[in-house]
Amino acid sequence: MSRQMTGAKMVVQALKDQGVDVVFGYPGGAVLPIYDEIFQQNDIRHILVRHEQGAVHMAEGYARSTGKPGVVLVTSGPGATNAVTGLTDALMDSIPIVCLTGQVPTFMIGTDGFQEADTVGITRPCTKHNWLVKDTSKLADTIHQAFHVATKGRPGPVLIDIPKDVQFATGTYTAPREAKVNHYQPKVKGDLAKITELVALMEKAERPVFYTGGGVINSGPGASLLLRELADATGFPVTSTLMGLGAYPASGKNWIGMLGMHGLYEANLAMHGCDLMINLGARFDDRITGRIPDFSPKSKKAHVDIDPSSINKVIHVDIPITGDVGHVLEDLIKVWKSRGRKVNKDGLAKWWGQIEQWKLKRCLSYKNSDKIIKPQYALQRLEELTKGRDRYITTEVGQHQMWAAQFLGFDAPNRWMTSGGLGTMGYGFPASIGVQVAHPDALVINVAGEASWLMNMQEMGTATQFRTPVKQFILNNERLGMVRQWQQLLHGERYSHSWSESLPDFVKLAEAFGWKGIQCKDPKDLDDAIMDMIDFDGPVLFDCLVEKHENCFPMIPSGKPHNEMLLGDASTEGAIQAGGAVLV
Amino acid sequence: MSALKIKKGASSHSAYDLRDPNAEVIGSHTLAVMVDNEAGVLARVIGLFSGRGYNIESLTVAEVDHEGHRSRITVVTTGTAAVIEQIKAQLGRLVPVHEVHDLTVEGPSVERELALFKVAGSGEKRVEALRLADIFRANVVDSTLESFVFEITGTPEKIDAFAELMRPLGLVDVARTGVAALARGA
Ligand SMILES: Cc1ncc(C[n+]2csc(CCOP(=O)(O)OP(=O)(O)O)c2C)c(N)n1
Ligand SMILES: [Mg+2]
Repeated sequence: MSRQMTGAKMVVQALKDQGVDVVFGYPGGAVLPIYDEIFQQNDIRHILVRHEQGAVHMAEGYARSTGKPGVVLVTSGPGATNAVTGLTDALMDSIPIVCLTGQVPTFMIGTDGFQEADTVGITRPCTKHNWLVKDTSKLADTIHQAFHVATKGRPGPVLIDIPKDVQFATGTYTAPREAKVNHYQPKVKGDLAKITELVALMEKAERPVFYTGGGVINSGPGASLLLRELADATGFPVTSTLMGLGAYPASGKNWIGMLGMHGLYEANLAMHGCDLMINLGARFDDRITGRIPDFSPKSKKAHVDIDPSSINKVIHVDIPITGDVGHVLEDLIKVWKSRGRKVNKDGLAKWWGQIEQWKLKRCLSYKNSDKIIKPQYALQRLEELTKGRDRYITTEVGQHQMWAAQFLGFDAPNRWMTSGGLGTMGYGFPASIGVQVAHPDALVINVAGEASWLMNMQEMGTATQFRTPVKQFILNNERLGMVRQWQQLLHGERYSHSWSESLPDFVKLAEAFGWKGIQCKDPKDLDDAIMDMIDFDGPVLFDCLVEKHENCFPMIPSGKPHNEMLLGDASTEGAIQAGGAVLV
Repeated sequence: MSALKIKKGASSHSAYDLRDPNAEVIGSHTLAVMVDNEAGVLARVIGLFSGRGYNIESLTVAEVDHEGHRSRITVVTTGTAAVIEQIKAQLGRLVPVHEVHDLTVEGPSVERELALFKVAGSGEKRVEALRLADIFRANVVDSTLESFVFEITGTPEKIDAFAELMRPLGLVDVARTGVAALARGA
């Protein structure tokens, strides 16, 4: 199926052949030929964003809620540099993104041409791979390779820089099946001997725990099903990182909650006290481990990861298994069953007894009020009023993000999108638009902080134009709350620039863009206001005025071990010494 | 170590076996990295080292398979066993990287470097430089009445030693290629 066509046409043809139905983009001089082709077809929908960062986060939201790669199209120079934050975010969270950038024509590269930037140079460290295509006949092949690289192995963002003359010139189109992708074939099957070793440990373990991460989600819904099967059959407790929420259902009987810096007491103590830790697709991030020498000191550790460089990077493990979580779980379950489905029943019973004891701490309890809305209460009500629905949640970054992770329950994968690795304020709003584009009839809510939300508020126009009825649930504490919390705990209550000053009137702002605006400040009105938001057929900006000085607990201060968790304001005095203050 | 100063593979255990008694010992490793010779591949490798804070002691690169467009990058780096494993894993996940070999642990290997030395002087010193060059089997590739350019090949240690000897004899300039290395045997 070799055909002659222009590079610009090839781009559109290759996207179609890759099954792309939507592109998030913004035009400019260096991509005009591609935009001209987009204009002349109807198979691919183009969502015109208001800032290229927004385009990448939308593509991330699309990708995370569908399991398909998200596609971005931006112009050279400022278009490309504006996309950098989104690409870095996608790299840190292993999200498959294919970003196409325009470039000045090949004969001008290196002359500091108008809107020239060294895009492949700038994005080399923030993509999984990138290409500058100088020859039209290689363009289609490169695009197919790009989709392959973005989605295979550990997913990630890739970028293709396409000079304008390459878009105009004619060349031969390469179909996906003719593309040269053979070399990049990451190993998905785990080593059976290691898997068997792990099964042997599982049969004896007295205090096992599954520590699951974004890798389970990335492995596809099948991996989540296998995790459920294995956890339920063995009766082992399951905790998850921020990235992995939903892989094991929050309503499942073995669920012990999220772990990490703001994770649950029982989850962190289970990690600290376990004798067998089974890491499935998580990467021992510093938000999880706390102080490394004190991290789960008495456990044997197994680590399943598709990326060999994640294994033994920060924590030495006893059983390293390189492979895709889904494939490894399948083999693991087979081996475990074939050996007689053994577990240490007595040990497990005691272990669960201990975990139940820890749960009695009720680490998420907070002091509610009937005068002012507590952020935790707002989220509890949101959960209560939305949980049975076809619901997707995105978040911004800050206290509200951690409360959302603590107070909302996820029973399925791909329902929760949050910026985990990079912690990008401004992620959640565009991500919610991307999710809504993929799921037009679903209830898509961005749980936001007022400061984060303002970082990409220009995308209001996008939501209006493309009729995405996204709900922006802003927990407005008029503070950079998470920064304020750290300043309170670590910097002698000197609140340097952590006020959200000069906030807009969010209701008027909503109206200015043709949205519905709701403000709520009385706990008594909250349920009705939330129902108004849900029932409105269109985008809603919900300004929920909450307690300004609430702190997010539990908290493991940076540089502290899991068993030195702060549970509430009373425990914070002098809790963090100088050593931990240098850590982020 | 043999006379050629070839580092014998002390151990060649699994890539993941990091609980080595020498875990905290910082060692020098020679890595051979086979890559597609495409634009930016060297920047990718170097960027990985600088971005993640690894050392580069020496780096050589050239296309070794013109038909397949493959280059061989030889990089000498230092680190603890854990860091070296991490470097190898990080290199291995770069898309254009086909193979990563740790010549230091995978078995005996030979290492060679080429260097050019310009030595200026006259009289006794000039004679002594020529005599030492002969002992080191360095060739004279250029000479004037006041100077020589010597070409020498050998292990980096041999070249270091030669440099030490030339310094008091009027060493003016040095150019070194960096290490090229191959595993021994078939
Ligand atoms: C782009 C970016 N800049 C700075 C930060 C540092 N930061 C982390 S949380 C936070 C405050 C967020 O405030 P808000 O969105 O109102 O959320 P809150 O913590 O109040 O819930 C800041 C400034 C960040 N994560 N991202
Ligand atoms: Mg705030």
